[in-house]
Amino acid sequence: MPTYSLKVNGTTHQVEADADTPILWVLRDQLDLVGTKFGCGIAQCGACTIHLNGEAVRSCILTISQVTDQEITTIEGLSEKGDHPVQVAWKELDVPQCGYCQAGQIMTASALLDRNQNPSEAEIKQAMHGNLCRCATYNRIVKAVQKAANS
Amino acid sequence: MTRISSTIDRRSFLKVSSLAGGGMLIGFNFLTACKSDVQPPVNIADLNFNDFNAFIQIADNGMVTIFSPNPEIGQGVKTAMPMIIAEELDVPWDHVFVKQAGLDTDNFTRQVAGGSQSIRFGWDSLRETGATARQMLVNAAAARWGVKPAECSTSEGVITGPGGESLHYGEVVREAAQLEVPDNVSLKDPSEFKIIGNDAINVDIDEIITGKPLFGLDYKKEGMVYASVLRPPSFGQTLDSFDDTAAKAVNGVQEVVRFGDKVAVIANNTWAAIKGKRMLKAEWKDGEKMESSSDHDQLLSDLLDGSDFETLREDGDISKAFAEADQVIERTYTSPFLPHNCMEPMNFFGEVTDDKVTLVGPIQTPEGTRSGVAKLLERPEESITIDMTRMGGGFGRRLYGDFVMEVAEIADKIRKPVKLIYTREDDMTAGIYRPAIKYRIAASVKDGEITGYHLKEAAINRNMYNLIPNFFPAGAIANYKVDVANYQSNISTGAWRAPYTNFLAFAEQSFFDELFEIMGADPIQTRLDLLEKVKGTTDEKIEYSPERLQNVIRMAVEKSGWGTQKEGVHQGFVAYYCHNTHVAEVADVVMENDMPVVKKVTCVVDCGILVNPTGARNQVEGGVIDGVGHAMYGDFSFDKGRPGYKNFDTYRLIRMKEAPEVVSHFVKNDLSPTGLGEPALPPAGGAVANAVYKATGKRLTSQPFIEALRQQSEKEIKG
Ligand code: FES
Ligand code: FES
Repeated sequence: MPTYSLKVNGTTHQVEADADTPILWVLRDQLDLVGTKFGCGIAQCGACTIHLNGEAVRSCILTISQVTDQEITTIEGLSEKGDHPVQVAWKELDVPQCGYCQAGQIMTASALLDRNQNPSEAEIKQAMHGNLCRCATYNRIVKAVQKAANS
Repeated sequence: MTRISSTIDRRSFLKVSSLAGGGMLIGFNFLTACKSDVQPPVNIADLNFNDFNAFIQIADNGMVTIFSPNPEIGQGVKTAMPMIIAEELDVPWDHVFVKQAGLDTDNFTRQVAGGSQSIRFGWDSLRETGATARQMLVNAAAARWGVKPAECSTSEGVITGPGGESLHYGEVVREAAQLEVPDNVSLKDPSEFKIIGNDAINVDIDEIITGKPLFGLDYKKEGMVYASVLRPPSFGQTLDSFDDTAAKAVNGVQEVVRFGDKVAVIANNTWAAIKGKRMLKAEWKDGEKMESSSDHDQLLSDLLDGSDFETLREDGDISKAFAEADQVIERTYTSPFLPHNCMEPMNFFGEVTDDKVTLVGPIQTPEGTRSGVAKLLERPEESITIDMTRMGGGFGRRLYGDFVMEVAEIADKIRKPVKLIYTREDDMTAGIYRPAIKYRIAASVKDGEITGYHLKEAAINRNMYNLIPNFFPAGAIANYKVDVANYQSNISTGAWRAPYTNFLAFAEQSFFDELFEIMGADPIQTRLDLLEKVKGTTDEKIEYSPERLQNVIRMAVEKSGWGTQKEGVHQGFVAYYCHNTHVAEVADVVMENDMPVVKKVTCVVDCGILVNPTGARNQVEGGVIDGVGHAMYGDFSFDKGRPGYKNFDTYRLIRMKEAPEVVSHFVKNDLSPTGLGEPALPPAGGAVANAVYKATGKRLTSQPFIEALRQQSEKEIKG
């Protein structure tokens, strides 16, 4: 099995895996970073969203060989103390229900705010449209993104 | 402070012990009395959830910990429970911690009793328990000071005596634990509540937003392997043969095991297990019964046309009313199957050794599942433990332990700790679906009055219907009948969020809307008038309260601006009772690009006392959007037993841009709280359908609505 060098949350890891292994499973199974969730495996739900060089991407369809030596950030590395403005807003507005989709939602939202500090409601909805929430916390997600943008 | 004395014999459901390490421990049950000969342990390490549903520890420093094995599926019970305890115990909310007993520690006796208890069941016993503990602490302080307990007061975890002397709870716990459990404690008057009724953020919020391991899928154990299972692709098929050569060649695949008609690929990581499963080549044999949704549709229609019904309720004489009527209106409503699609796919951990079976994961019915595993593996129940994790959604799916049985069987065969993981495709195609159902509703009208109402149901694998015939309009119409018929299918079906009412509410409430229109009657006033007739009923079977339903109707009219909406906004109205809660909803629909779009839903809820308003609003927002989403898009079908959808590329769940704004209002009263996980969902579909009618002139009689609308416009084009 080939070895890949991965930069995750600022730390470099050497990981042995097949070239076609989605980075999602490397994070979860090998690096013990289970905050990134599995929901569909085909880039349709957003539960697995991570940042690749600052962009929100679906880790379930990105293979390890595609991300070697690039900057990966997962929910565990979004902030040191869980106090990224998006996390703070999520807490203040009590967004989660079951909570399963929320790491993906937070990663998508934080990437949006990195490139657009003052998104309109329509822009927020557009950016978040790819992240399913089966508990349907959509109303609160919009408000939390607005709150994070204003903070 | 006003206190209400309580008459429940609390000695029967709670017991107190003095902890060896200091502090007092109260063990209690929600619904049943404790066995008379059991005592809570003197060490936290020995907590035993066979005899008690939960424990409360009050430590020497005054901190309160609730130990509960009940998991969280997203309904906020884990947050509401300590609020109730803190309220009656009179301690600051941030002095109370909840620990989910069982997981990640060998300190607990891992025997779990009690599935997810809703606030409705826990309310009285949680209050009683908090109040009893408070009283014992007061009694201990009073004894130390030589004063009467009645002369002492409590606030924020501190007891104050008549002379102004004070002790915090932690200072008297040792003495309190030695006292008899008092049999006359008093509860707070709801007007005195300081914690209940105020927003409390989800107790697991920090773990959730930082991605800590919480869910079944996150659970790991040293040396654990991963399993992915190939199941018959169609209901009714069995496994004939399989070839695992290619699967075994996948890097990381350890072994391939057959069990029954399924084949498990075991690997040292999830990806290898999934890949290995895809490489399996299997031959399947069709059984005698290979069912298709088109056949079901015909079979259910035939049942409705036939006479093979079980009658669940009959008032007056429906045939006479129909025969004498000026007009009889009849409509038929059709629903598809639905998968649950919990965001966290089914998964479970299992390990089987010669003398022990350890199972860990997201399941709502640990006891029943444990018995099932005991039978399956032919082992005594005592040798089996099931620990519950947080669940990434439930919606009814995790009431069924089929996936736990699978992992138990696999673990028994391979004798290694193993995690079974469903892919989304597995989850959607090996479901326990909401059954497809048809309702036929007929009403007779004479002299402008509704004289008869006949509800007929034809369902796949019918069960759990017994209370529904006593919902509105039972009691309001003199001649009333509910008939049900069943078709037994080999497609596995079960409870789906708000069983039965999730579709019935749409059928009945659309029917009323059309009926009232045909009668030239006002939809609001006619509902109020019908409910007026139920007031003072002596029929104890009637489930709903006409007063409470009228009240939510009036409030919804006011809050939604009913009848005063802006040009271009079309409103649909529904009032419904189910799951012990009274709800009225108004949907606002506008036309965009010739398609009706749901912009807003106003929801008025009477669920008794609101324990945690932010949690309650979250449930209502989610329930309404879920109801709108499944009514609009939810579809599922089978072709010769093969599921028609596999993943979210074709299966449509409601997404951000389609989600309406939900505005929720709660009736204020002092009645015991009722559940909120379900009741906001059923009315949503009807409210949307009634609004769509106003917007388009089209009556919807089947779900999903987008499909019904598409068919209707096709018909129009064809002429
Ligand atoms: S798991 Fe990657 S988008 Fe669904
Ligand atoms: S909070 Fe449950 S899926 Fe989003």
